[in-house]
Amino acid sequence: MTRRIVIVGGSMGGLRAAEQLRAAGWTETITVIGTETHLPYNRPPLSKELLEKPGTTAEAFDSVKFRHRSSVSDVQWQLGTEVIGANLAENTLTLDTGETMAYDGLVIATGLRPRRLPLTGPLRGRHVLRTLEDAVELHQELRPGTKVAVIGAGFIGCETAATATKLGCTVTLIEGTSGPMQRALGEELSAGIRDYLVQQGVTYYGQAKVAGLLSDQADSESDSSCNGITLSDGTEIRADVIIESVGSIPNIEWLEGNDIDISNGVLCDEHLRVVGTKYAVAVGDVARFPDLRNGSGARRIEHWSIPGDTAKIAAKALIAELNNTALPEPAIPLPSFWSNQFDLKIQGVGSPNLATRIVELEGSAKTPHDGVVMGYYQDEALVAVVSVGLPADRQLHYRQLVDKRHSDQPQQDTQLQAI
Amino acid sequence: MKIFVDRQLCENHGQCAIAAPDVFRMNSEGILEYEENVNDSLLADVEDAMDACPVQAIFIQDQP
Repeated sequence: MTRRIVIVGGSMGGLRAAEQLRAAGWTETITVIGTETHLPYNRPPLSKELLEKPGTTAEAFDSVKFRHRSSVSDVQWQLGTEVIGANLAENTLTLDTGETMAYDGLVIATGLRPRRLPLTGPLRGRHVLRTLEDAVELHQELRPGTKVAVIGAGFIGCETAATATKLGCTVTLIEGTSGPMQRALGEELSAGIRDYLVQQGVTYYGQAKVAGLLSDQADSESDSSCNGITLSDGTEIRADVIIESVGSIPNIEWLEGNDIDISNGVLCDEHLRVVGTKYAVAVGDVARFPDLRNGSGARRIEHWSIPGDTAKIAAKALIAELNNTALPEPAIPLPSFWSNQFDLKIQGVGSPNLATRIVELEGSAKTPHDGVVMGYYQDEALVAVVSVGLPADRQLHYRQLVDKRHSDQPQQDTQLQAI
Repeated sequence: MKIFVDRQLCENHGQCAIAAPDVFRMNSEGILEYEENVNDSLLADVEDAMDACPVQAIFIQDQP
């Protein structure tokens, strides 16, 4: 009988998993179940080019849809369907249609959803940016002169603030404990980019805590819209559009009730096999897997390159388990990321958040617009490089330095050696 | 196979040069250069490069 691998998650991770299963030799059935009604599409433009000029939803989708390898033309896509439960001991899934679906192998690729601020008050005027529809709807609100408050200054918040400013909006960017993208870039570069964003016309509030929403109709909550926010120090910021970009939550609730660790994404081994069960792997943002490169323990990595990298490892491991064949040694992903904000092109490789020491390698963090390269060291080892405005050949040079550090290191356990 | 990079989309990220260095490289100005006619034995590398391209600018052209 033909066996079936079910991929739960119909976004980039799901597509890459299907393609890598085929590339690794799986010729039997693959079914992908996704909650969104669209086939997989590329999300980074949603806060940048697409938010600036989406066209209709159909045109927007057309501009970001992923091309599929011909090897996945026979994959069954069950879109607009949510998996609401799983029994990993019995190898079954429960769908929101009421259907029970059996699998031989399972790929968990359910990704993230935006975290929402726990605020009461009007809902109208509050936005998040995760899906194509989010971006198309938000664009319609971003008219010239509109007052916009972006809460949370991570990559998506900063990119959205830049795009809204370009569209002629008056933008306030509000960040909690640190500077923009500070966890990812470190204090100095964060401060330099903050100053740059302010020069470009963004109003910035740091060390700010959002205390509540202001409403246009104080007495009728159900039919009211947001028209601003209040900060905990009493400051009132007028805004007709409020964009919450305060991080993400892994979509793991459907896995509850199984004896696996889903405390922060799905805990996996270095092969992306889910710890505590059989015939299940996880890929992409939802996977928490050991960082063999830096020995820093299992963590989730929310970068664009990770779904592809993890799919490659997970597909081989799942097929090896299903066929009871030898398991190849896992590759060790090197995260990479980028962000475009106004004229800044930020590029990063490695894991800057592990740094104990950050050094300017070229240029100055104070003037990122003139080009800068920051080196992130964990003790003496270069664990990441972030550059702004650096040509790609120079980026490749730094990437090799970050990667070399790994391949040069004597391995205590040869099992951990990258292939 | 024949490779095509849409220069309107390409932002010279350089991810393709990591995935398929025999086909794609970044010159000293940081601009992509690539082989247009590539041996089919490099298909897996080229597919990795297509996947890794942040702006999805790499295409394999269908044979006429």
